[in-house]
Amino acid sequence: MYLRKTILATGVALSALATASFAHAEPTAEVLHWWTSGGEAKAVAALKEDFQAKGGKWVDSPVAGGAGDAAMTVLRSRVLSGDAPAAVQLKGPAIQEWAEEGALADLNDVAAAENWDDVIPAAIQDVMKYEGDYVAVPVNIHRVDWIWANPTLLAKVGADTVPTTWDEFNALADKLQAAGITPVAHGGQPWQDATIFETVVLGLGGPEFYQEALVDLDDDALNSDTMKAVFDQMRKIRGYVDADFPGRDWNLATAMVMNGDAAMQIMGDWAKGEFLAAGKVPGKDFLCAPTPSENGYLFNTDSFAMFNVSGDDKIAGQKLLAELIVGEKFQETFNLLKGSIPARLGVPMDKFDDCAKKSEADLKSAQDAGGFLPSMAHGMALRGHLSGAIVDVVTAHFNSDMTSDEAVSRLVEAVELAKD
Amino acid sequence: MGASQSTESNLAASIQRHLSKIVVAPSFAASLFFVYGFILWTGYMAFSKSRMLPVWDWAGLRQYERLWQMERWHVAIENLFIFGGLFIVTCLFIGCLLAVLLDQRIRAEGALRTIFLYPMALSFIVTGTVWKWLLNPGLGLESMMHNLGWESFKFDWLVNSDMAIYTVVIAAVWQASGFVMAMFLAALRGVDQDIIRAAYMDGASLPRIYFGIIIPSIRPVFLSAIVVLAHLAVKSFDLVIALTGGGPGYSSDLPATFMYTMAFQRNQLGIGAASAMMMLATVMAIIVPYLYSELRGGKKNG
Repeated sequence: MYLRKTILATGVALSALATASFAHAEPTAEVLHWWTSGGEAKAVAALKEDFQAKGGKWVDSPVAGGAGDAAMTVLRSRVLSGDAPAAVQLKGPAIQEWAEEGALADLNDVAAAENWDDVIPAAIQDVMKYEGDYVAVPVNIHRVDWIWANPTLLAKVGADTVPTTWDEFNALADKLQAAGITPVAHGGQPWQDATIFETVVLGLGGPEFYQEALVDLDDDALNSDTMKAVFDQMRKIRGYVDADFPGRDWNLATAMVMNGDAAMQIMGDWAKGEFLAAGKVPGKDFLCAPTPSENGYLFNTDSFAMFNVSGDDKIAGQKLLAELIVGEKFQETFNLLKGSIPARLGVPMDKFDDCAKKSEADLKSAQDAGGFLPSMAHGMALRGHLSGAIVDVVTAHFNSDMTSDEAVSRLVEAVELAKD
Repeated sequence: MGASQSTESNLAASIQRHLSKIVVAPSFAASLFFVYGFILWTGYMAFSKSRMLPVWDWAGLRQYERLWQMERWHVAIENLFIFGGLFIVTCLFIGCLLAVLLDQRIRAEGALRTIFLYPMALSFIVTGTVWKWLLNPGLGLESMMHNLGWESFKFDWLVNSDMAIYTVVIAAVWQASGFVMAMFLAALRGVDQDIIRAAYMDGASLPRIYFGIIIPSIRPVFLSAIVVLAHLAVKSFDLVIALTGGGPGYSSDLPATFMYTMAFQRNQLGIGAASAMMMLATVMAIIVPYLYSELRGGKKNG
């Protein structure tokens, strides 16, 4: 530990010497990210333009591949060699892990000047802070617990709204199935199985149970009858998907809902982008509604963590970047392009679509009711090894005929093993 | 003048003499460092407490204990034995059969040889993707049969957790058996024709000649083929990623995909290193006896 810190410090000092010799006033920021395609690439380009308009010099370091795995490998080697990029696309507890290594910079002065404590939702502040200091900035809020539905198919069995309890959900799905319609479009990849799982935990157990089971990893909650009921419901949902689901990508499942091959998909609001790109209108061509829960809201927030850099130009660049990212203008443009909603309260929503407006309204009520919670499946609630252990059990249960009892005991075991 | 000329020619001669060593030295040093150096480093990491970043804190056998307590690792190991065993046996059988059939001095041998060998030229990613489409029940073989009117046809191994690992075997056999065929064909052509003719004279039947004379005489090729196939099996990664993604669930995970998941997706460098060392041990268990027998055999013959 001590040795590593020394290496880090030496590395930083050496790169400081190197940059100091030809430092100049232009604020510079190197940004490591993996937003290289589609709306995400456009969203990053928007940030770059803003940054350059303020006189900054943007050094782009895109590392595509493996949903960020490749970028994280690059980040490790960059940090170990003492040459960390100024801003890195990082999210959830991974921010805390890097902060523990002493690799992140303190943004408190920008935060104070820009009033972040008042404009960023408290639950998201917790993710962005390490021991009370801001070390990262949020760019968006994706809601995970959505049902995307095809109204034409629902109408065939006489339903005009999306169910609001899991019992209603099952009843509707049974009716759809009897009518020869695939009730649930799903892609059998571990993270997609886990996405359904966490919405069921939130719905059947309630926000408090979700917090205990999937955030605090409380043994009693994990080893409870409620958890068994959750796995029973997962088994039910397994019966509602079509036979070819294993390995399917999420956007293909979305396309099934769009093309009328399946009635509903449980997926985060990035699915909305697929509908909108196909020219579909929310409320008319597709429905968006939260999965059944009492004032629950699972968020998935992308963010940029700011790493220790040296040289006045780099520090200035980093601070400017942080200020711009949390700023109202960027939050609006970025999220319009990305399909999420601003991670800053009070941004005008009139340019956003109806689903985004609903997301924002629900965020407020969920926050008041204590149901605004981090997503486990999307790496917001737990560190990678812990959520990985849970996802393993969930996906093994979903893809086999394991009983709920066995799933619960395996879950407890796996979490226990991953904890130490 | 004369003296300097002779030193020059001495120098030239000594360069000439050591040229091969000089040329090989950089790659030797590089492989010493990048292969063996990193094996040692990984070996140490497996005894450390490393999670997100490599650390040097000693953890003893803790990472190995955790590894062997993980259900997913057991699945991966079991899959390795199913996959490796079937892959090697089937490849040897098909490869040998094809080689014997091609050895019958048939027409268009060159074209057929190329066709059988061609899959080896593809990368495993391509093989995996193509077979994923072929084996997908809603897209490939099953739906084609349904469209042709054979409604009861069912081949859903790809989406069945119990059978998914066998689809990996199918794709891998398709890819590698042509290569095994080429090895065998070369060996068959090397068998002394006089012995075969002599056997003919004695009235031996063709199968008898193959089983009694030719196949025993190409035994070393079996060994080489097994070693090549075994290490292909242990390090299989891209094929699984492209074909099943390790799924459904993690039912078709292999040690290599397990290692990748732990080390690069879950910040568990220690467990990842421990699983990598287990893979190394598996390969060593196959290679070392082979090398030993080869080297000893070499001495005996020489």
